[in-house]
Amino acid sequence: MIALIDVNNFYVSCQRVFEPKLEGKPMVVLSNNDGCVISRSAEAKALGVKMGAPWHQLREFAKETGLIAYSSNYALYADMSNRVMRVLGMFSPHQEIYSIDECFLGLNGIGGDYTELGQTLKQTVMQWTGLPVCVGIAPTKTLAKLANHIAKKRTGFAGVCEWAKFSPDQQLQIMREIEVGEVWGVGRKISQRLNQQGIYSAADLAQANSEQIRARYSVVLQRTVEELNGHPCIQIEEMQPDKQQILCSRSFGQPIYTEQQLAEAISTYIARAAEKLRMQKSVAASLSIFIRTNPFRPKDPQYSRHVMLPLSQATDDTLKLTQVALWMLARIYQPGFSYAKAGVMLSDLQPNTAIQGHLFLQTADPMKRAELNATMDEINRRWGRGSIHLASAGAHHAWKMKQNSLSPFWTTRWSDLPVVK
Amino acid sequence: MTSFLQGPFPVDPNPAVHYLPWIGESVPAGFPSPAADWVEDRVDLNQHLISHPEATFYFTVSGDSMVSHLSERTIPNGATLVVDRAIQAKHNDIVVAAIDGDFTVKRLFQRGKHLALVAENPDYPPIVLGDEQELSVWGVVIAWIVRPK
Repeated sequence: MIALIDVNNFYVSCQRVFEPKLEGKPMVVLSNNDGCVISRSAEAKALGVKMGAPWHQLREFAKETGLIAYSSNYALYADMSNRVMRVLGMFSPHQEIYSIDECFLGLNGIGGDYTELGQTLKQTVMQWTGLPVCVGIAPTKTLAKLANHIAKKRTGFAGVCEWAKFSPDQQLQIMREIEVGEVWGVGRKISQRLNQQGIYSAADLAQANSEQIRARYSVVLQRTVEELNGHPCIQIEEMQPDKQQILCSRSFGQPIYTEQQLAEAISTYIARAAEKLRMQKSVAASLSIFIRTNPFRPKDPQYSRHVMLPLSQATDDTLKLTQVALWMLARIYQPGFSYAKAGVMLSDLQPNTAIQGHLFLQTADPMKRAELNATMDEINRRWGRGSIHLASAGAHHAWKMKQNSLSPFWTTRWSDLPVVK
Repeated sequence: MTSFLQGPFPVDPNPAVHYLPWIGESVPAGFPSPAADWVEDRVDLNQHLISHPEATFYFTVSGDSMVSHLSERTIPNGATLVVDRAIQAKHNDIVVAAIDGDFTVKRLFQRGKHLALVAENPDYPPIVLGDEQELSVWGVVIAWIVRPK
């Protein structure tokens, strides 16, 4: 048996843990640069605020309705996510962290009533972290997702839905009421094709001929069909596979024009990407950077350039990567444009153990360099991101994200602890 | 547009130097350390104070409502509170509570149905909850940290 647990309105709920005042109020969390809505409270949903709605179109509406908006505070969300995942991990040795706010738990070998266990999971996460979760329990991952969907969307489940508690007739009836596009693993494109073929609901897909589905679509969708019928085909992946590439890119808070400012942004993104690279103990064998203007301002002259460079020596050294990236930037930068976004990507990743033989050939003192990088990581971990950085990352950061309504880093900085009277 | 850059590649500022790999541990000369068999983990404040790391949060105290000359449990302005959410609050615990959406730190008084939040400072009257008011205990204060000026 498998449980899928996810946090309701995760970002909004994280904010509310530290500002109980927000309970019961319509509120949203905005994407980078305060662009669009990425998390909504139930009250905001009831007001008709749509996911992905651009904030600038909602400003007036917010004044009229009292809708509150927060900038995204990823330091807080990451810490709260880690807490939730570790609390859930106490209940089963088989855990797959699927995203920042959801995970699968393998329940085989854990006896007792599953619905009761689901309630215990839910109450423990609430007590320990203050975050509300819903739980779906079923024999397959796809059905656990479906059960979770039911627990969340329908009343009367108290946040926990166990698929096996329904009779086969009820199961079919429920699946008839769920659009095929809502089924885990069915994307929008596939659901359009399925619709053309007369498959509209989860029930239609469950009853489709599994062999034909494989022939017409893929073995992946065939597995979905099997899973909807209660035959487990998708295992719980307990180890999170290391990322194959690391991307760090942002839109700027305001347009920038000079190579110097672009260099600061690129340096900052490289520092972050390299830190992630070292965290997963990998090295990168190629590096790409890109810069572009704002395509949504068609009247402005447009420029966009993306370059990739294979590195002669795979590395995780911030200094080395920055040096190469700035050299690349100098070759693609064109003056006279208003730049809106830049990014870096580290790819061809390999475990850092694979290159140790080589390492000794390149840098004068590789051990000292590794120590320097580790020390920078440690300082930034302890004192907050960006406490120490290369001079090329600059100090003024005119390009930095617009985050006008950023809440304090309540759980990750001593200076930002919540205040109690 | 993606393109591959052709050289010249940046010159490594450091000349290539061959290092001999370091093999194994250092060779002991003289006696092995008599302490080596007795290594223990250093005492750790986190370990000592915190039983539920995932449920533990810190707060900063503002104000003097918990300052008392009579009580051993006096918490000065500016102290850092260590708050555990996993513990069920009981009578006489010091708790962080949310009252009408604001955080407050007080002693929890609980006798049967009677609930109140009591300040250690006698200048502050106890907060007895009205029918309209909602009290939710956010977490139990398990320690506080005070640094001498």
